[in-house]
Amino acid sequence: MSFAWAKPYQPKTELGRWVDDRMPLPRLVYNAVGGGYPVPRNLNYGWNFGVLSGIFLTIQIVTGIVLAMHYYASADGAFNSIEHIMRDVNAGWMLRYAHANGASFFFIVVYIHIFRGLYYGSYKAPRELVWMLGLVIYLLMMATAFMGYVLPWGQMSYWGAQVITGFFSAFPVVGEPIRVWLLGGYAPDQAALTRFFSLHYLLPFVIAGVVILHIWSLHIPGSNNPTGVDVKTEKDTLPFHPFYTAKDGWFAGAFLTLYAAVLFFAPNALGHPDNYIPANPLATPAHIVPEWYFWPFYAILRAFTVDFILPAKLWGVVAMFASILLLFFLPWLDRSPVRSGAYRPVFKRFFWLLMVDIAILGFCGVMPAEQPYVAISQIAAAYYFAHFLIILPLVSKFERPLPLPNSISESVLHGEKEESAPYGLDKSAPAAAQ
Amino acid sequence: MVRIIAFFVGLGFAGVLLISLVVNLVAYVQSPTEPTAEHEFHREPKELHLASDGPLGKFDRQQLQRGYQVYKEVCAACHSMNLVSFRDLAALGYNEAEVKAEAASREVPGINPDTGEVTTRKALPTDRFPSPYANETAARAANNNALPPDLSLMTKAREGGAAYVYSLLTGYQNQPAKLLKEFPAAKTPQGLHYNPYFANLNIAMAPPLSDGQVTYADGTQATRDQMAKDVSAFLVWTAEPKLENRHRYGMAVLIFLIIATILGYFSYRNIWAEAKRQVAPKGPLDPENKAKRNHAKGEAGIVG
Repeated sequence: MSFAWAKPYQPKTELGRWVDDRMPLPRLVYNAVGGGYPVPRNLNYGWNFGVLSGIFLTIQIVTGIVLAMHYYASADGAFNSIEHIMRDVNAGWMLRYAHANGASFFFIVVYIHIFRGLYYGSYKAPRELVWMLGLVIYLLMMATAFMGYVLPWGQMSYWGAQVITGFFSAFPVVGEPIRVWLLGGYAPDQAALTRFFSLHYLLPFVIAGVVILHIWSLHIPGSNNPTGVDVKTEKDTLPFHPFYTAKDGWFAGAFLTLYAAVLFFAPNALGHPDNYIPANPLATPAHIVPEWYFWPFYAILRAFTVDFILPAKLWGVVAMFASILLLFFLPWLDRSPVRSGAYRPVFKRFFWLLMVDIAILGFCGVMPAEQPYVAISQIAAAYYFAHFLIILPLVSKFERPLPLPNSISESVLHGEKEESAPYGLDKSAPAAAQ
Repeated sequence: MVRIIAFFVGLGFAGVLLISLVVNLVAYVQSPTEPTAEHEFHREPKELHLASDGPLGKFDRQQLQRGYQVYKEVCAACHSMNLVSFRDLAALGYNEAEVKAEAASREVPGINPDTGEVTTRKALPTDRFPSPYANETAARAANNNALPPDLSLMTKAREGGAAYVYSLLTGYQNQPAKLLKEFPAAKTPQGLHYNPYFANLNIAMAPPLSDGQVTYADGTQATRDQMAKDVSAFLVWTAEPKLENRHRYGMAVLIFLIIATILGYFSYRNIWAEAKRQVAPKGPLDPENKAKRNHAKGEAGIVG
């Protein structure tokens, strides 16, 4: 549907023709992930993480549905129902570890997917909506992951729910009523647990719906590529199947191997020991920390410590929300017409600085709120905002990009010239060959 | 317009952060954080190697039985283990009759079938391990207001796991003179016990193990160290009874995935073999031909 040379669907069997005439579902699939979707032929492994995100969403939904058959959303029984799954349900331990670690790996692949988009300018025209829908998915994922972490009703579940719903009470006047309304009480209890479970079951299907929009809007302009140059001719593309199904297939196997290694041999490495203690509203854990994928945002939240015009807590909450919401404006903040960071020498340096900055924020997010971590997180958070809101617009104005290749095929195809010239006699060949 | 607004928003956030930074640093320089006894004297757990460690680890059933004996004769006086049933003991190598006898040796709350009155009865293999106290209040009343935690998940519920449990059990000592000199206020209060592996250094539990406290059926010398190791190993099992299954499944899944990945990789190479070339790779620049040629040149002693 995206390019003139996209192969139309040709039913191979009588049955296929019969179905296609009445309901063109096979055609839809063929045009979306089959031979009918032309993809730039120069994609690198950064482009495998979209399909991997889909795989992990599927793993989460399938394991989650089975876990929900055994889980019991009760403030008295939730913790023990998890242990019932771990001890008495057939292969229950595997389902639960697959789901808990699946959430972490979902975030790993989505972060790589997002950072790839940042580096190669995949958010720029004409893919702004792809980017924004992706951010919507990311926000839904964060909400789903948070509510899922509450369900075991361990100490971190309970106090995490306390802290995160407490964000809303930072807003003056309306904040506290909103918090009470969200929790269905003054503190997390049965009402909160039941609604979190209900929403935790609902949101993944909302995510799946937005994923369809994300892919739909992607398939209009087609995938970006490492050069950032638009597809011009048929030579620039390969059909998704069999080329990218094969590439995604083996890479998914490799990544799932890593996932299985963690799932089976270090299943609690990414969790927190306190969540194996049943929730106790009367005993606050020494350090309340969220799951690793929220650490950078937690560091931003805690970096604001001074009541400057607004209370520090409100600054922190607003900044934390802003740190994600600003990404929606990225297509208009970065005005450089060159998409790929590979041809933007100044942008590239700042990009890697941002990666280091986010890693530092993550580290500060898990450390206790004391010096020197507070000071480090303040500098790192200041850079985070400066990067997107000040540096990127300026870089895109003043930077001199490197020359772009004329086409995708020129950048990637090789061999013809050398092959056609007699060995060692081609004048344009490097002197070393003589 | 977006960029102008963004510039000022960015300046605002960065500005407030830098103000926070300066204010905090000034406060820190004026009154640096006092070091605390917990910070200076708390120790990381000692090393502990168990048969269940590592990707191929299996439980040492003899050791689990010894650990169970320590739990039963020492820990169970104060600590519950309410996620474990008597029937689970079969996994330690006890036969059906032994499990039944083990259960029958404990009393659990029950109801008199004739009168409906609350009473106690002998436990069945399907019963969970009974708690030593009727409720939290009773437990606190008997323990100087400290609550002995349930042990079922202990090795997963503490940083350091089994090594932490082992270190705690063997870590009791007198308060170092250096600590008392530096932090006179941190003297261990009456009724608590100094233990550098415990988060705040002073634990309510009295040293529970002493040499020869239990008599092992298998003739192992019941030193304090041995008993601490055995009970730690036992608590690894209570926290993760399916550990051996997990390791076994894990190996099978990894082997399957690695083979599938290798096959997938070869088919990927096959499908893509010519996807990035404009002509088929059959000429002198074909890597295979190049390698052959270089080899032949090397044989003939031609350089370059």
